[in-house]
Amino acid sequence: MIGIISYLVFFTTVASILGIAVLGLNLQWGNTGLFNGGVVASFGAGAYGTLMLGGPAQDGHLGGFGLFYPLALLGGMLAAGVLAWIVGKLTLRLRHDYLAIATFGVAVAFENVMRNATSITGGAQGIRGFERPLRDVLGDGFTYNAVFLAGVLVVLLLVYVFLERLTVSPFGRLLRAIREDETAARSLGKSPDRIRLISFVTGSVIIGLAGGLYGTFYAFVSPQDVLPILTFQIWAMLIVGGAGNTRGALAGAFLIWGAWTFSGWALSRFAPVEAQLYTGSIQFVLIGMVIVGMLLWRPQGLFPERLIVSQPGRNREKTQVEGFT
Amino acid sequence: MDNAILTLNGVSRSFGDFKAVDDVSLTIREGSITGLIGPNGAGKSTLFNVIAGELSPTGGSVDFLGTNVSRLTPDERFALGLGRTFQIPRPFGRMSVLENVMLAPMDQAGETLLGAVLGKGRIRDQEEAIRKRAFEVLDFLTLRHVADQPAAKISGGQMKLLELARVLMGDPRLILLDEPAAGVNPALTEILIEKIEELNRNGKTFLIIEHDMDFVMRHCDPVIAMAEGQVVFEGTSVEAQSNPILLDAYLGAPLDA
Ligand SMILES: Nc1ncnc2c1ncn2[C@@H]1O[C@H](COP(=O)(O)OP(=O)(O)OP(=O)(O)O)[C@@H](O)[C@H]1O
Ligand SMILES: [Mg+2]
Repeated sequence: MIGIISYLVFFTTVASILGIAVLGLNLQWGNTGLFNGGVVASFGAGAYGTLMLGGPAQDGHLGGFGLFYPLALLGGMLAAGVLAWIVGKLTLRLRHDYLAIATFGVAVAFENVMRNATSITGGAQGIRGFERPLRDVLGDGFTYNAVFLAGVLVVLLLVYVFLERLTVSPFGRLLRAIREDETAARSLGKSPDRIRLISFVTGSVIIGLAGGLYGTFYAFVSPQDVLPILTFQIWAMLIVGGAGNTRGALAGAFLIWGAWTFSGWALSRFAPVEAQLYTGSIQFVLIGMVIVGMLLWRPQGLFPERLIVSQPGRNREKTQVEGFT
Repeated sequence: MDNAILTLNGVSRSFGDFKAVDDVSLTIREGSITGLIGPNGAGKSTLFNVIAGELSPTGGSVDFLGTNVSRLTPDERFALGLGRTFQIPRPFGRMSVLENVMLAPMDQAGETLLGAVLGKGRIRDQEEAIRKRAFEVLDFLTLRHVADQPAAKISGGQMKLLELARVLMGDPRLILLDEPAAGVNPALTEILIEKIEELNRNGKTFLIIEHDMDFVMRHCDPVIAMAEGQVVFEGTSVEAQSNPILLDAYLGAPLDA
């Protein structure tokens, strides 16, 4: 029983952290139409930033500033934001598939830098020895994980409220207009380039926050945590849940993370031994099939975007957009 | 002319070797409803795109309200009071018709990230005012009953009206309309013209591309005609109706106005 509960706590924590990242991607893609193929770079910047700033002094890599935890987390978000700003400045003029390729490339480069710039990043060993906040008070056991989960849920809620308010605001309307038709938006006096950059950086900061929490949870980050598969997972969550719908994005995070964990368990349990060597690859293929299948059969996701009549502070009228592809 | 709102000085635009707009110089008077006519492919829409900043000219310059705007982006030009519609409507498809229209006003307090999340009273008041105006515009253009529809789902004619509704919400001083009556039913066209003339009396200047000669001859003055990228006629609508070039090349037969 305790085993199940503590597993559920663990599962919910990871799913919620990934959910925060999906919300960040939803701001970029769902609301603004920015095809970020390098989600993991922001995630990694947040994780590495947080652990380097908040960890104890140690040999072998940069960092160990032992900052007060919230500051370290903010620093991780800042790192993700600065990286996104630089990448955005260079690539946001690119559209759609080109932007996707460029950002994917950035993420691969990021992973390589983390792996090879050993004196800064700890190389393949990653950043170790991070002391999780409040550990001296809460210990390392179930209590800690339960409290940590509560903290993650609070952060998730804050991000959710922030994004929901944003969606129904005139700013959200502006993002959607740029997503729908940049030329028309420009002809009505809006500046797409600036707004796209703001959306990209804000989304990346949120993804960086998720990365920071992820690193904190495991008290460890290494190049293995910033592989392209994570980008695909987060995309699958958004596509399955429903791009443009904050709640859908969250639901997608839990569904896909559940399916991922379950498939891993099922493969290890029931697949022939020879196949078990390839569990990761099989899951990779499965997630690709989920994305493709979803795009073919229900491109709007399980929870399609609602047609929002922006009315900040009012009881909002929401009608579902039907049959969009 | 002393009250020029828009002046084009030798404006050209080529696509490869093809000169879609070829050395066009003209002046639009403030307070006028100027008609721009010409056969298909004459370069009218291309000229609009150059004026609005969507396309950069390959030669010449555009002056709006006495300043050279040739290097400004479309949004910067809109901010100065230069608005336009598109010949082929460009609705924000997955947004409601109401939202399409509410987007247009400039300088909305809630259009910044922080304002959107932190702002309260001011934004709400502004939104209420914008919504009220939006409904007025939608009422007038007979779009009110589709206010909550996704813009991608309304008819082609309604999309043309939506183009107009959006630009009107932005309140520009000079409005470029690219075939506003195409695909709009005749009764509504009449209302449309009335509205244009009313706005015009209140000080707005219009430059209108239109193939409906009846529309142009009755309501536009002066009239400019283009063919093969060049201005081939400039004059009053009365002159236009008796101009041999126009009769021959474009109008086909004399009109009874
Ligand atoms: N982006 C472009 N690339 C290449 N050629 C173009 C482009 N835009 C317009 N043209 C060409 O320029 C010429 C003028 O086109 P334009 O759309 O300005 O004509 P128009 O006078 O508006 O015609 P219509 O009355 O049919 O709308 C056409 O021959 C067209 O093919
Ligand atoms: Mg045209």
